Amino acid sequence: MAVGLPENIFITKLDAAANWARSNSLWPMPFATACCGIELMATAASRHDLARFGAEVMRFSPRQCDLLIVAGRVVMKMLPVLQRIWLQMPEPKWCISMGACACSGGVFDTYAVVQGVDRFIPVDMYVPGCPPRPEQLLAAVIEMQAKVRRTGTVMGREFAIRDTPVGPTPFDMDERYRIQDANLVQLGGFSAAATGTALKGPANHG
Amino acid sequence: MVELSVLQERFGSGITEHVFRDNRRVDVPAAVLFDVLSGLKTDFGFSVLIDLTAVDWLEYEGATDRFTVVYLLLNMDSGERLTVQTALNLPNPTLTSVYSLWKAADWMEREVFDMFGITFTGHPDLRRILMPEEFDAFPLRKDYPLKGRGERHNFPVITRSGS
Amino acid sequence: MPLTPVDTLETESAEREYVWTLNFGPQHPATHTTLRLVLTLDGEKVLNAVPYIGYLHSGFEKLGEHLDFNQYVTIVDRMNYLSPLANEIAWHHAVEKLLGIELTPRCRYLRTILAELMRMHDHLLNLGTTALDLGGFTAFLYFFQQREHIYDIVELASGQRFHTSYTRVGGVLFDVNTDWVNRVRKFVREFPRVYEEVDRLLTKNRIFVDRTKGIGYLSREDAINFSAAGPVARASGVERDLRRDEPYLAYADLDFDVVCSKGGDCYARYLVRMQELLESLKIIEQAVENIPGGPVNIGVETDMVLPAKPAVYRSIEGLIQHFEVIMPNRGYDVPREQVYAATESPNGELGFYIVGNAETRAYRARTRPPSFIHFSMFPHLIRNHQLSDVVAVLGSINIIAAELDR
Ligand code: SF4
Repeated sequence: MAVGLPENIFITKLDAAANWARSNSLWPMPFATACCGIELMATAASRHDLARFGAEVMRFSPRQCDLLIVAGRVVMKMLPVLQRIWLQMPEPKWCISMGACACSGGVFDTYAVVQGVDRFIPVDMYVPGCPPRPEQLLAAVIEMQAKVRRTGTVMGREFAIRDTPVGPTPFDMDERYRIQDANLVQLGGFSAAATGTALKGPANHG
Repeated sequence: MVELSVLQERFGSGITEHVFRDNRRVDVPAAVLFDVLSGLKTDFGFSVLIDLTAVDWLEYEGATDRFTVVYLLLNMDSGERLTVQTALNLPNPTLTSVYSLWKAADWMEREVFDMFGITFTGHPDLRRILMPEEFDAFPLRKDYPLKGRGERHNFPVITRSGS
Repeated sequence: MPLTPVDTLETESAEREYVWTLNFGPQHPATHTTLRLVLTLDGEKVLNAVPYIGYLHSGFEKLGEHLDFNQYVTIVDRMNYLSPLANEIAWHHAVEKLLGIELTPRCRYLRTILAELMRMHDHLLNLGTTALDLGGFTAFLYFFQQREHIYDIVELASGQRFHTSYTRVGGVLFDVNTDWVNRVRKFVREFPRVYEEVDRLLTKNRIFVDRTKGIGYLSREDAINFSAAGPVARASGVERDLRRDEPYLAYADLDFDVVCSKGGDCYARYLVRMQELLESLKIIEQAVENIPGGPVNIGVETDMVLPAKPAVYRSIEGLIQHFEVIMPNRGYDVPREQVYAATESPNGELGFYIVGNAETRAYRARTRPPSFIHFSMFPHLIRNHQLSDVVAVLGSINIIAAELDR
């Protein structure tokens, strides 16, 4: 090299350095509501030991975490809470939706269960299974690390461009109407809506 | 074992009995229900209210009443079980609360109110327990669809750039 | 939303200015799942607690009216997720009472072993997390390792480690083999060592005892009045165990003790659960050495169970049998009756109240959820204790949110 560097000095991009640090110390916020939460516990417990991947620091305060793991079904009464927790987490943050229920409602296609959290909050990684085996969750965490390394930027520019909901296109007429209504009034301030109106809970659409 | 004749003598002849396998059930008119239950508790030793629930008979062929409320009782000393059932109808299904007899009835009655819209007079705190306060239907009634009426979709959406 | 506590406080302290309100949950690690408490505090003393539940209400009972007796087993699984198989056994116990089915001896023994394994499964996690919440991490790890062994056993029998959906009307999904039996034997052999270690870690541990003894006292009268059941009631001196009082499955043949205590506090509940682990082990040990031979399902002529796969593939009779069960317009006779049947689940009396309507699904499938009933006495238990005792009491009554809210 033309420039003589002293020993133990590396040159890298700031993005890469940040990604390296972030991806190897994901701090999960376990949003464990149901059975999947027990498997999440199993993942962290003796046999599977999530600590091997630097993601064992479960912080129960959303303000200290950067990886939301939604484990279990989310119902009408819980969704506003989930949204608020998501908004409380500092940037950069990612979200794993663990289990069939969190991804799509799973076996619970009933009046109370939200049919997939990705309809209402952004999700980065889906883990199928009911419940997913701990190995699957480990794989998801590893995959998440790869994703952070691949796409991350130090200032979080990659988040700014994702301004559409990640959920599936609605197939339910009620939901279609709701989204149409929402688009008409241009819900620009989603965060305001989520902190203010979301906590009031659902109104009956029927 | 409580004999049916004893109950009929005390609480009127409107009481009937029905036995299926080892389940014994007495059907009681709503008017005397509270008396029957408190009598069963104090004089016949049915000290435990195992469960309190309701059934909506809307789609049941041959049913005459819209709801029945079911009390499952247990005699802790002899191990005897007894089901007490009473029929109710719209538009105003109301019963007397048994909270004064069993504290366990508190939440069970709230749940029946939440799911079926049956009210209990004398209950200290009758409000929804499982569904959100704003919810205005009664989900376990048979005329409420399994998938709801779209309440579950009615939330604001948070996108990535918006959070 | 205005707060109207159930039993309003008589103490004048409620009017004092420095009484403050703390919201606990719905997403809090010590709740293990999702429940919310609104605590009224005077300093650290809890004057009142108002529980709010329903944060996991997912319409189980409504689903039960739309799925048939075999399909609904996948849903009841998800009710008490610390011991999924125990729910399945309870559900099919009720269904079989409605249909009037007498199980084969082999099936009864098999279900007994699984039910007891599930009791251990439940108690292991409950004791482990209670210790975890009170600051003892090691017990949790030791016990979870044992849970993993039970997962393996269950997986070997059913193919799924968690939500097994293993029981069927009139039998179980697959029979078990010698390998399975050996694995159960191995577990029975090895468990006492771990048990002793945890026993040494917790039972006389000064911190653990101080934080649980005298906390959350429940008298015998209150336990009866609040309809408590299972370990919670037995820790308060209520001598009732459905396994002994209304024997079902194979319990009548087996020798075991009903564990009771007079203490009524969190420590008594801990001791009862610990002792029940050993009793369950005793039951499993006896049952696994005495599994009778013969078929595991009732006869195919009832049209309730699927015939064996070779018969279906190789003979027309078998195929017809198969269709008789599978086709929605066939099926078996279901009495138009109402029935309640209960089993002793790890958490207490888990019963189902089923209304049959001449079709192979329930007209109404009501669960008697032990968690729901136990949680309703929580304000009574926590009153006048410290804030830090909330987690001890919550752990000791073992609230499972999915069972609580259904
Ligand atoms: S995906 Fe399955 S295991 Fe997970 S919460 Fe849903 S029902 Fe439970």
